[in-house]
Amino acid sequence: MRLPPQPQERVNRERSLAFLFEGEPVQAFEGDTIASALFASGRRIFSRSFKYHRPRGLLCCSGHCPNCLVEVDGVPTVRACMEPARQGAQVKAQNVLGSLDRDLMSVVDKIGGPFLPVGFYYRTMMRPRRAWPLYERFLRSAAGLGRIDKHGKRTHRFDTEHRRAEVLVIGGGSSGLAAAHEAADAGRQVVLVDDGLAEVGPAPFEVLSPARAIGIYEGGLVPVDAGNVLYRFRAERIVVATGTIEQPLLFPGNDLVGVMLSGGARRLIDRWSLRPGERAVVLAAGGEAIAVDLRRAGTEIGRVFEIGDQAPKEIVARGRKGRLSSVAVDGEKVECDLLVMSGGRQPAYSLLAQAGARIEYDPARGIFVPRALPAGVEAAGSVTGERGPVVHPAPAYSGKGKCFVCICEDVTRKDVQRALAEGFDSIELAKRYTAVTMGPCQGRLCHLPSIRLFAGETGRGLGALGTTTARPPWAPVSLGLLAGRGHEPARRTSIHHRHEELGARMMWTGDWRRVHSYGDPAAEVRAVHEAVGVIDVSTLGKLLVRGPDAVAFLERLYPNRFADLRVGRVRYGVLGTDAGRIMDDGTIGRLAEEELYVTTTSTGAEVVFEWFQWWNAVWGFDVEVANLTGALAAVNVAGPRARELVGQLTSLDCSAEAFKYLDAKRAQVGGVPCLALRIGFVGELGYELHFPSSYGEYLWDTLLERGADLGIRPFGLEAQRILRLEKQHIIVGQDTDSESNTLDANMAWMVKLDKDDFVGKWALEHMHERGARERLVGFEMENGAVPAEGGQIVVDGRPAGRVTSARHSEALGKAIGLAWVPPELAEEGARIQIRVDGRLEQASVRLRPFYDPEGERVRS
Amino acid sequence: MSFLLQCPRCGPRDVNEFVYAGEVSLRPKRSPTLEELTAYVYLRRNVAGIQREWWFHRFGCELWFQAERDTRTNEVLTTELVDSNRQL
Repeated sequence: MRLPPQPQERVNRERSLAFLFEGEPVQAFEGDTIASALFASGRRIFSRSFKYHRPRGLLCCSGHCPNCLVEVDGVPTVRACMEPARQGAQVKAQNVLGSLDRDLMSVVDKIGGPFLPVGFYYRTMMRPRRAWPLYERFLRSAAGLGRIDKHGKRTHRFDTEHRRAEVLVIGGGSSGLAAAHEAADAGRQVVLVDDGLAEVGPAPFEVLSPARAIGIYEGGLVPVDAGNVLYRFRAERIVVATGTIEQPLLFPGNDLVGVMLSGGARRLIDRWSLRPGERAVVLAAGGEAIAVDLRRAGTEIGRVFEIGDQAPKEIVARGRKGRLSSVAVDGEKVECDLLVMSGGRQPAYSLLAQAGARIEYDPARGIFVPRALPAGVEAAGSVTGERGPVVHPAPAYSGKGKCFVCICEDVTRKDVQRALAEGFDSIELAKRYTAVTMGPCQGRLCHLPSIRLFAGETGRGLGALGTTTARPPWAPVSLGLLAGRGHEPARRTSIHHRHEELGARMMWTGDWRRVHSYGDPAAEVRAVHEAVGVIDVSTLGKLLVRGPDAVAFLERLYPNRFADLRVGRVRYGVLGTDAGRIMDDGTIGRLAEEELYVTTTSTGAEVVFEWFQWWNAVWGFDVEVANLTGALAAVNVAGPRARELVGQLTSLDCSAEAFKYLDAKRAQVGGVPCLALRIGFVGELGYELHFPSSYGEYLWDTLLERGADLGIRPFGLEAQRILRLEKQHIIVGQDTDSESNTLDANMAWMVKLDKDDFVGKWALEHMHERGARERLVGFEMENGAVPAEGGQIVVDGRPAGRVTSARHSEALGKAIGLAWVPPELAEEGARIQIRVDGRLEQASVRLRPFYDPEGERVRS
Repeated sequence: MSFLLQCPRCGPRDVNEFVYAGEVSLRPKRSPTLEELTAYVYLRRNVAGIQREWWFHRFGCELWFQAERDTRTNEVLTTELVDSNRQL
C-alpha cells in the first residue's frame, strides 16, 4: 500500500515492473529498491540473524545494517534497501533453513543461547577429537551469510582504472556538494563519489554514483567501487563528507521486526511513500519532530519518549513471533507495531582515521570525532562532529530478554559482560573475542554503542577506552572487483598456431605456452636420432650485448672466459650470483669484436636482462644490452640429416669443415636472414636458427616441407628432455636449485678462478677449497624402473640425495637420470639405491653421457 | 604499499610499477674473507629509518635507480640515477 504522492518521492508510479522473491512475483515501481517494493507488498521479515536466526526487518534503510541482506540473481549478501528493483530479478532470502517466516534454524534462539555463548567455538566441540570432522561439517554449513555458487562461472568483467583528480569529494550530501561546487567554481577538476543515497543532479563536475570509496590508503590512494570498475584515485585534495550514522539504542528486544532507526522510517515515508507502521512509539531526543513525520504518513503515535541523561531507565520491547507488539518504558507499556529510535549520530570518520586522523572522544557531544587531519585530507560537514543535536543515551537500558549490541554477529549485552568477566577488558581484545564491529555493518551501528557499553560495564571513561582501529574496506566490496579482470598472461611464439594445427599438446613454461609433444614423444626422439627433427625454441631469452666493453662486461658476469672467444664462435656459459649459486645458463656467441649474442633459458630472459642491466648500473661499462626475446623466433634443426636439410635451403657452406660445431654464422635460410648457431643440446648434429619473428611460420613451414623426404618430425619438450638426458645436459631449475653451484654441478671446466673478478668468484673459491658437498651425476637403473623426479637416493638406509630428472630412453633401452649424490659416490659405476614407488631399486652412477659419450655425432 | 615513487626518467609513478631490489650494499673490493663474503651476500642492515635502496622500473622504462626511503613511513626522500664512477 502506498501513501498519496510525497514531495520527495522517488518512485515513478507510471512505470511498474515485477521481480521474483522466493519464487513469488512482487510488484514494484520504477525507482523502488528491492526492499521498498517488498515492504510495499506487506513483507516485514527480510532476513534471519547470523547466529540465532531471529527474524529481522528493515532498520536503517540506508545500506548500513545487515537486516535486509538477500541474494539477487545468484549474488549473495546484497543490501536490498540499496539495490534497485529490476524487472525479472530473482531475489532469494539467505541464511534460512526452510523459509524466512518459518526458519528451522531459529531453534537456536530458543534453546541454543546458554550453549552458544560468545566464543563457544573456541571451547566446545573439542572432544572427542575424532568427532571433529562431524563438528566441522555442521559448523561450516551453519556459519557465514549467504552461499556462493562453487561451480559458478564468471558472469561479467571487472576492471581496474587508474584515475587522478585535483579534488576528490567523498559523499554527496549538502556539505559534499557544497565543497565540490566551490572547488569546481575555482576551476579545479573535481570528482564526487556518492553511494546513491543523496540525489546528485546535473553538476559542473564529474559524479560517480552509486559508487563507494572503500578506503584511504598510503599515499592518498582511494579505491572507489563503482560496480564493475574499481577506480584507483589519486587526488591532490581529498574531501571527506561522509556525514554521520544514526546510532541504535541498546535495550532488550531492540532487534525485533518493527524497531527502526528514525532515518529509516523517514526514508520509507519520504522516498517510497510507505507507512512504516500502524501504531508507533518514538524513543529519541527531539522525538516530536519524528512523530510529526509519522503522523503525516498516517501512523498513529502511541507515545513519544525523550531520550536524555536521566530518563528513561528501563526499556523492554516485546514481540510475537519476532515482530514487535509492545514497548514498556519505565513500566509504562504501550502497544505498537513500530518503534522509532535514535541514539544520536556518530560521525562516519573511518576514512579519515585510515588517512591518519586521530580519533578522540568528545565528552560534551558524547561521540568520537576526527582530529589532526593529515595534509591533503579535509573533512566537510557533519563528519567533523561539530554540528547536530547532542544525545546522551544510557549505555544500555535494563530489562529481561536479549539486548543486542551487534546485530550483525548477534552479540548481546550478556556476551559483552561475559567477555569482560573472562578478562577481555581491552576494547581491541574484546572486539576480537566477541566479533562486535566485525560483521557486515563494520561497526557503523555497533562501534559507539559497544564502547559506551564497555565504558558503562567497566566504569571507565569512553575517552580512556579509545576506539578500535578503522580498517578498509569501509564499504562492502565484491571479491571480483578486487581480483580485477581475469588475466592469465600467456606468451605464444610466432609459430604457435602451427603447433595447434598439428594437434600439439601444449604446456606452461613460465608465461610461455610450449609444445609438450605432437602425440608421440618416442617417435619424435627417434626422428632426431635417425633422421631430423625441428623444435620451436623461440622462447629462449635473446640478448644482444654491444659496445667497447662488451667482452669485459660478460667476463665479469660469467665464470667463463670470453676474451679468447673468436668472432663467429659460440660458448656455453652458466650465470651465477655472488653467493656462487647457479641462476641461469645459455650460449654466448661472438658476432663481432664488440657484439655478443647471449641466449638464456625460456623462463630466465627477464631475470637475466634485469641482472645485466643492474650490474651495468653498478659498474658503468661502456655497453648496451638489448632484449630481443620477442623480436626473434628460433628453431633448432637437429639430427643426422639436419645438414642435408639446412644445406638445401642456404647458399652457406654447411660442410663439417666450413661450419664447425660451436660456430655462429649469419646466413639466408630459405630466404630468411638467420643467425645460425651450431650447438647440440639434444646431442645430434644441429643448427639453431634465430631470425625475425615475423618469418616464424614461413620458415617452420619451409623446413617441414623440404624435410618431408628426409623424414622430418617436429618435436616437443618431452622429446627434448629425453634427448638431453641421454647426453647428461642439465636444465637449470630442473636439475639445479637455488643452492646448486657450478663446481658441484660438474662444470668446473668453465670456472676460471684465475680471472681477476667475476660475479660469484669469491664464493666459488671458498667452495673449491672446501670441496664438494654433493655432486650432480648421471645414473642408470638396473631393472628399468623409472624413479619419480625428486625421488630419494638411499645410502645405508638413510636419505643421501635426490633424483632431479629421470626418463626411459628407448635408444639406450634403459631408465636413466640425473641425481645429486654425496661426493664419495660420484664415481663411475658406484652403486646407489633409489626409492621407486616405496621399493629400493639398484642403480649405478654414470659420469659420462649415456649417448654418444665422445660427442662424435654432435660434432659430425 | 601504495605510495608514489619518482622515477628519474618518468616522474612520479605508482609503486606497483617498480620492483624493489633491496638495500644498497657494498661489494667487497678484493678477495674477502669468508666472514666478509658471508656478510656481503647474506646480511642486511634492515634499518628502521632512512635507507638507500635499489629500484627497477620494470613496468615502465626499465631503469635501475637508487632511492632514499624512510622504511618506517615509506616517505621517499630522493631518487637518482647511479653514478657508476662512485665506488659501490
